[in-house]
Amino acid sequence: MCDTCGCNVTPGNRNLAYTPVNGTTAVSVLKSLLTHNNTQAEHNRRHFEQHGVLAINLMSSPGAGKTALLEATIEALGKECRISVIEGDLETENDAERIRAKGVPAFQITTGTACHLDAHMVHGALQAFPLEGFDILFIENVGNLVCPASFDLGQHCDVTLLSVTEGDDKPAKYPVIFRAADVVLLTKTDLLPYLDDFNPSRAEGHLRSLASEAPFIPLSARRGDGIDAWLDWLRGQLKTVRRGIPFARNQTTPVQVSG
Amino acid sequence: MHELSLCQALVDQVKEVAMRHGARGVVQVKVKIGPLAGVEPTLMESAYPFAAAGTIAEGSAMMLEPGPLTVRCLECGAVTEAQPNRLLCGACGAYRTQVESGEELMLLSVELFTA
Repeated sequence: MCDTCGCNVTPGNRNLAYTPVNGTTAVSVLKSLLTHNNTQAEHNRRHFEQHGVLAINLMSSPGAGKTALLEATIEALGKECRISVIEGDLETENDAERIRAKGVPAFQITTGTACHLDAHMVHGALQAFPLEGFDILFIENVGNLVCPASFDLGQHCDVTLLSVTEGDDKPAKYPVIFRAADVVLLTKTDLLPYLDDFNPSRAEGHLRSLASEAPFIPLSARRGDGIDAWLDWLRGQLKTVRRGIPFARNQTTPVQVSG
Repeated sequence: MHELSLCQALVDQVKEVAMRHGARGVVQVKVKIGPLAGVEPTLMESAYPFAAAGTIAEGSAMMLEPGPLTVRCLECGAVTEAQPNRLLCGACGAYRTQVESGEELMLLSVELFTA
């Protein structure tokens, strides 16, 4: 034990050690550690709204089918609205190339080792990626059920995907990200016949335990089952953004569920 | 996983406060991390000295203020304690609740050497 590195401070004496003594001043701050990110996110959100663009943050574990969902969405909605996509991955341009193959512009952010996108990365992408003439911007976050939930990007809605190959207790294991969702999509339902231990109503039950009223939509991007319910939800959000109703990202109240 | 970058944001805020008060050093910072903040308190504690190194906050202590997780029921109005993956009303069991506290990720106060 010494007096320099702090190893002499134990839970028992910590209060004594840090009681203000002569020559010290305690300053009350009460400021969120994410203030810097949140200010940028608010700026991004206003930017999207000025362009009448609905911004959607897609979150899930890696391989839950975010890019496949986007491909199916582009095929179904491509004629009625103009879509653009920002892709977030640690490495490769692969996902952006899949989206471009559908005739939609895509900007790839490679984060290196960062486990999530933040508002500044999205802002940087917007510099290189004009929003003029678009209706919906999908931001496909880095596949990760932990960190993306903590960073507001400026999106209007959060969409969390849960694939049937993952286990129906994921919402109970990763409550923060599922609670943030404005809609939860149960993906790859075409595989349900092969996965008899996945119970969709149990998954929805875990979601409801998080005090979430978000719609729970089972779908298969490959077969097209359930896609219509997802598209209807999207159209509802688009109407809301076009009416100019301001969105606030509020993790406790599901936002504009039916538009 | 992003605790180090949060600590860097924290140190930036501490530096700003220290500069505004003309401090010579920082004794401790007090931070509140709610159970639903998506941040691991022990990782914050181990990352903080690295983020503080080479700044006016070097050598300062981080104190974590524990925050309870409470929800207010929209059905019966009761405020009860909850678990991160079970945010139901503790009184009537309804799932229409709002989190009252537990999402905080906040710098509460800074103690400075000013003399």
